[in-house]
Amino acid sequence: MKPVPFEYVRASSIGEACDVLQREGDAVKLIAGGQSLVPLMAMRLVRPGLLLDINEIAALKFISLETDTARIGACTRQALVERDGALAARVPLLRQALAWVGHAQTRNRGTLGGSLAHADPCAELPLTAQVLGARMVLRGTAGTRIVPAGDFFSGPMMTVTGPQECLEEVHWPIWSEPRTGSAFTEISNRHGDFAMVAAAAQLALDGDGRCVRAAFGLGGVDQTPLAFPQLAARLVGTRLDEAVVQSVAQDAAAAARPGSDLFATSAYRRHLAGVLGARAIRSAHEQARL
Amino acid sequence: MTEKLYSISIEVNGVHRTAQVPARRPLADWLREDLHLTGTHLGCEHGVCGACSVMLDEEPVRSCLMYAVQADGHRVTTVEGLARPDGSMSVLQDSFCQAHALQCGYCTPGMLIAAQGLLDAHPRPTDRQIREAIGGNLCRCTGYQQIVEAVRLAADRMAEESK
Repeated sequence: MKPVPFEYVRASSIGEACDVLQREGDAVKLIAGGQSLVPLMAMRLVRPGLLLDINEIAALKFISLETDTARIGACTRQALVERDGALAARVPLLRQALAWVGHAQTRNRGTLGGSLAHADPCAELPLTAQVLGARMVLRGTAGTRIVPAGDFFSGPMMTVTGPQECLEEVHWPIWSEPRTGSAFTEISNRHGDFAMVAAAAQLALDGDGRCVRAAFGLGGVDQTPLAFPQLAARLVGTRLDEAVVQSVAQDAAAAARPGSDLFATSAYRRHLAGVLGARAIRSAHEQARL
Repeated sequence: MTEKLYSISIEVNGVHRTAQVPARRPLADWLREDLHLTGTHLGCEHGVCGACSVMLDEEPVRSCLMYAVQADGHRVTTVEGLARPDGSMSVLQDSFCQAHALQCGYCTPGMLIAAQGLLDAHPRPTDRQIREAIGGNLCRCTGYQQIVEAVRLAADRMAEESK
């Protein structure tokens, strides 16, 4: 399995990368960790004329914790994100999600921004971005713009990133509530595969055990990962008893539009959505109570 | 058609190597076919089986999922680089023999690289960590149990040796 011939440019700065994108147009494909792109190129499903490598741009690799935001450079390796204890204390869902992403060897090379830009509707990091409302910083030659996750994913493997733009960094909201818990769970054929269905939740409780803030979403059940802010809002003010958790998870499953494939029917995915959705909310609740 | 060639300079198992390669040459193919380091095995060639794992700057990665040109300026260690300087087997390699952790041997180079990466980061891993570390490597012979035992044995022996 060999890709078509292509030319190669290693960008040394984001500015240089944007210049190449501007100059070369549609023939260019950006490569970050390449853990999804290289197989697609090997199968010749992707045939770039020019591969623009952003792996050596040091300015795209950082984790910076601010008061209410964790800023992460788009080309930061997944393994580094996973290992960062200070980040895990503030955005725990990221580490929880990364435990399901590929394997040690792919996380050593795969990047945070690469997974988001690839936008697989079954992938864990896009779902995490949706649930937490991460903001994408897109850089073009004309400057940067910030796109919230809810507007970023436009379809399967599609985002609103323009052909001359590059994802530069990702801003993850830090919840300030002291009693915050989160959870990520999924079912896949083998551990490390893309999810058949995935669910993620993050909850905050007041001193009395009442839910004061909630976020919840599902992956693998539609064209993009889904967040359910209105359903999550129904959890706020409750004590997260089983009836409300079940009703939210079941309503989310009903709102999903899962497809069928060789591995799972639409009906089975919808069933999983209800089961895993409730499981994620319950686990996040347990974490918040600790 | 002649493909454009790119100059690369990569340290492989401590030896400085330079070459001219087309951009589409996978790192795995460059190691095997140009350097004749055939210890690195190619199973699936699209990032599923883990047989082609090598260390890139001391971290295990899949060598079928990057191009040789991308490794320019970096260090690569293949399974050939795990042996002792005199060519005898490392503690980890010997432990694979002792614990019968291989049968056909096709997955072994990738298993060794994955396990070495684990032991470098966690000299006394739990069984859970061992299973997670080799979770991206397929083996169709052993049932994995002896591989887990071999990594545990290697960790015990290395801890004993460093006393």
